[in-house]
Amino acid sequence: MVMAFICSREFFSRSLLLYPSAFFTRRNGVLFCTMQSSGMQTVTKGETSKTRMDMLPRKKTKAHEGMLKDYEAVIGIETHVQLSTHTKAFCSCPYIYGSQPNSTICPVCMGLPGALPVLNSKVIEFAVKLGLALNCELSLNSKFDRKQYFYPDLPKGYQISQFDIPIARNGFVDLDLPVEFGGGHRRFGITRVHMEEDAGKLLHSENGTGSQERTFLVDLNRAGVPLLEIVSEPDLRSGLEAAEYAAEIQRLVRYLGVSNGNMQEGSLRCDVNVSVRPIDQSEFGTKVEIKNMNSFSAMHRAIDFEISRQVILHSEGQFDEIVQETRLWDEGAQRTITMRTKEGLADYRYFPEPDIPEVSLTREYVDKISALIPELPEMKRRRFEKMGLSMQDVLFLANDVNVCNFFDAAVEKGAEIKMAANWIMGDIAAYLKNERLSINEIKLTPDELAELISSIKNSIISGKIGKEVTIRLLHVILIINEAALSISRTQITDPVEIEKMVEKVIAENPKQLEQYRGGKTKLQGFFAGQVMKASKGKANPVLLNKILLEKLNANS
Amino acid sequence: MLSAAAQNPGVLFLQRGGRKLNLQKCRRRRRHCHFQAVSSSCSEILTIRKSLVSRERKAVEIAQQYLNRLRNTEPLLRSFLHVSQNVMSEAEQIDRKIDRNEQLGPLAGVLIGVKDNICTLDMPSTGASRILRNYRPAFDATAVRKLRDCGAIIVGKTNMDEFGMGSTTENSAFQVTANPWNAERVPGGSSGGSAAAVSARQCVASLGSDTGGSVRQPAAFCGVVGMKPTYGRVSRYGLMAYASSLDVIGCFGSSVTDAAILLQAIAGHDRFDATSSKREVPEFTSQLEPAEFLDSKPLKGLRVGVISETLGDGVDSGTVSSIQAAASHFEELGCIVKEVSMPSFSLGLPAYYILASSESSSNLSRYDGIRYGNQIAAEELSSLYGASRANGFGSEVKMRILMGTYALSAGYYDAYYKRAQKVRTLVQKSLKAALTDNDVLISPAAPSPAYRMGEKKNDPLAMYAGDIMTVNVNLAGIPALVLPCGFSEDGPSGLPIGLQIIGAAFDEAKLFKVGHIFEQTLQGFRFVPPIVDTDI
Repeated sequence: MVMAFICSREFFSRSLLLYPSAFFTRRNGVLFCTMQSSGMQTVTKGETSKTRMDMLPRKKTKAHEGMLKDYEAVIGIETHVQLSTHTKAFCSCPYIYGSQPNSTICPVCMGLPGALPVLNSKVIEFAVKLGLALNCELSLNSKFDRKQYFYPDLPKGYQISQFDIPIARNGFVDLDLPVEFGGGHRRFGITRVHMEEDAGKLLHSENGTGSQERTFLVDLNRAGVPLLEIVSEPDLRSGLEAAEYAAEIQRLVRYLGVSNGNMQEGSLRCDVNVSVRPIDQSEFGTKVEIKNMNSFSAMHRAIDFEISRQVILHSEGQFDEIVQETRLWDEGAQRTITMRTKEGLADYRYFPEPDIPEVSLTREYVDKISALIPELPEMKRRRFEKMGLSMQDVLFLANDVNVCNFFDAAVEKGAEIKMAANWIMGDIAAYLKNERLSINEIKLTPDELAELISSIKNSIISGKIGKEVTIRLLHVILIINEAALSISRTQITDPVEIEKMVEKVIAENPKQLEQYRGGKTKLQGFFAGQVMKASKGKANPVLLNKILLEKLNANS
Repeated sequence: MLSAAAQNPGVLFLQRGGRKLNLQKCRRRRRHCHFQAVSSSCSEILTIRKSLVSRERKAVEIAQQYLNRLRNTEPLLRSFLHVSQNVMSEAEQIDRKIDRNEQLGPLAGVLIGVKDNICTLDMPSTGASRILRNYRPAFDATAVRKLRDCGAIIVGKTNMDEFGMGSTTENSAFQVTANPWNAERVPGGSSGGSAAAVSARQCVASLGSDTGGSVRQPAAFCGVVGMKPTYGRVSRYGLMAYASSLDVIGCFGSSVTDAAILLQAIAGHDRFDATSSKREVPEFTSQLEPAEFLDSKPLKGLRVGVISETLGDGVDSGTVSSIQAAASHFEELGCIVKEVSMPSFSLGLPAYYILASSESSSNLSRYDGIRYGNQIAAEELSSLYGASRANGFGSEVKMRILMGTYALSAGYYDAYYKRAQKVRTLVQKSLKAALTDNDVLISPAAPSPAYRMGEKKNDPLAMYAGDIMTVNVNLAGIPALVLPCGFSEDGPSGLPIGLQIIGAAFDEAKLFKVGHIFEQTLQGFRFVPPIVDTDI
């Protein structure tokens, strides 16, 4: 009964187009998802900056790069993580992404008169988990506050959040930059982590009366879904660092199982504050907030674009044109555009939420949660590093908790470390990518991979056969030997047969033989490959190489 | 007005100190008391139950009697915003249950009025605000559900000051309720409709809500019993929030026993209200013995503290003498009565108005015209909000939203909200200390009897000052019982005076016991307004 009522509610906002700042009067990041399809709100104010934008170099020139060296970017990130609790933060409604509008709502998350919030204890548990994982100090006594503003997607007219006593603060996160970008270890400070509720969504409807009037509908499914807001220190200096920071947060929440961390679904949302200052200046420049980045690479590009924009303005002496504002990342145009300019600080009139008792944590509770925290990405990376893996391997493996577990299990079953890493990063990863599967969804077990690797290592089967075996194992559960048999090509271990093939290959390639004998011993690989090819991958590689070397060096 | 209140808080206060009680004089006047049951303070609920169980009367007869009286008196009183269509059919169901010898709930066949800011599934619930005109809740408030579970018949929704903001019920968006004792007087507020309905016997008992005295003051004005329970004793789920940290659902009855039975029915923890207490609810009525079983000093040794600040200048003389008489009556009952001075008492009023307004400015944000309620179509979002709220809220509500918004604004928060919280802590401490030295504290429930209609309408400060007796109890979250103890003057023009008995947190049982004995032993007063007698 109530639902029907809501769905029929609508309000006309023709003039929203003319007053973007009146429309978007809010600060936190929950809007960008709904913004995507409606870039037109920014038209008026965006227009002025367009001309400016077009003057910016799309591609970095040498001069531009030189300019960048004289400036330093200061970046801080606010990340909203949507928690994957079974029910919302303050009522027993579930949240299912993509469900019918207003299908998972109740008097509490609709803000009906007389309804009261009751805290879901899982929210505390998840917040404590993430706080600990981010090396934060926990507030044993914390509370909720009301953050007040009017917006149609905010049913109560206030958001239940935390103001002066966040559940966790003063932490840090460690990460390693990708090798292809030069690598390097980084530690970024975490200012605070606090709990809050999400708002609903505005849906834009085109039908209306056919005139210029636009109808906005409110979907409250997401209203009241628990969020953790993670605020970083302004420690980051580049788009790369920001993207890697966000990726590490995603890894953490996935490792901890507190969120699916999916950026496309809006389960992980980053608002980035960017300012630029001359390299010798200690005070910060004017900061600009960027929203609407739906992937890590978009973050990377958006921030680098914004840094360039600000640096150019600085170098042209027009730094007063950098104003405190919120800019949107326009994925199509690959640039940031003005969304709204902030006229002073908004006053949210925070005060303690009287409907929810203060949150008190006992030491025992924290210890209990602490014991539940799994090995985290940073610990895994350090461990893998100690195992002798290259940083590239380390980063790849530690990226996904399931891949880590698979790798660890295979190694535990006796798989050789480097080979296990190579198999996972090579054939298995390629297969997963192709089939869009997670490593948990394939048939191949870590035991089987370990067995396969030892079979290859012990020369029972060749690498090539191994690959085929793997592909089959990925699809169906088979025992290694059966799989090998089913291909019906056991290895050629007969030295006579191999010798024949070797001789044939040497005879067919006199030019390479001459080069080999002239000192290009690397060509052994070429011959081995040719023999293997001739044997259709069946030749025992150890035997093959032994015979090949004998033959190659025989008459020299 | 805002700055006047803030910079010169003195204007809100009564003078401190005040005149000494003349207990000696009172003692002489009251020396020869004989304890007899007083018919008007017998429990109507128990009477109904007895007549139903003995099959002396049918539930439909009883319901019809009340409905008739309601219909006859309503044109004059206007205490109901909505009267249920189902009263008779629900009464018939009770009768069928009796016919089938089924178990009857403790409130079977009892007609109960519910304040309009308490949600009811089958009736509109508007909080007497235009912004919720015709709003029908999707659920019953927990207290209402519990009443229904006990067999109660919800007779209708009672008038009130819009969202509980007011002390006269004149701030209702829909109608003005008259005091059953004198139709030119207000019934008090904000639960004026609930108090008037019980006073005029339009229903047996009723629910109200008390944020700063909204049950106790109208109970005093209408000459009925009003109970403000400990904060958290009754679930607030389904009560439209005014000031969440102060709000509590309370009960009205024509006797202490009825108020106790009603609280028994609605008290207890509720998983839908995180601030509701898990403390066990004792049997309130088991200690309420009939007058004939009382010995000569039934309250022997009970320490009663008279808050001296509540009998100072600015308090009506008739009220002061009634309370002094009540104090000496307590002495007659064996109590040790002494004066208690509470210097922080007068600080409570400005602190209360800052805290209550601050919370209300937030709680009323949900009435934005987007999802439900009054919506004024507009071309722009901010105009939609502005027009819907400007049109939907009355002036008192707007004033409190403005005050609260101001008090919570950046730069003012520390000077107002935070400071008021400190005062609240101070008031809590001093009341707690006073309730360690005394078993109960007593004071008037209001500085005067019922106001004339319109008397306070253009003088909000005077109206706010009228809440001086009650707000401290809300700030401290403790329970208080109000019961009639006398009249402003003799003769038909006399208006009832309410005595407030304040107890320690979760000690409602003691208040009921003390109040019951006081009520059963009070001589020479009959708290039934003439309208009841003339009407039937």
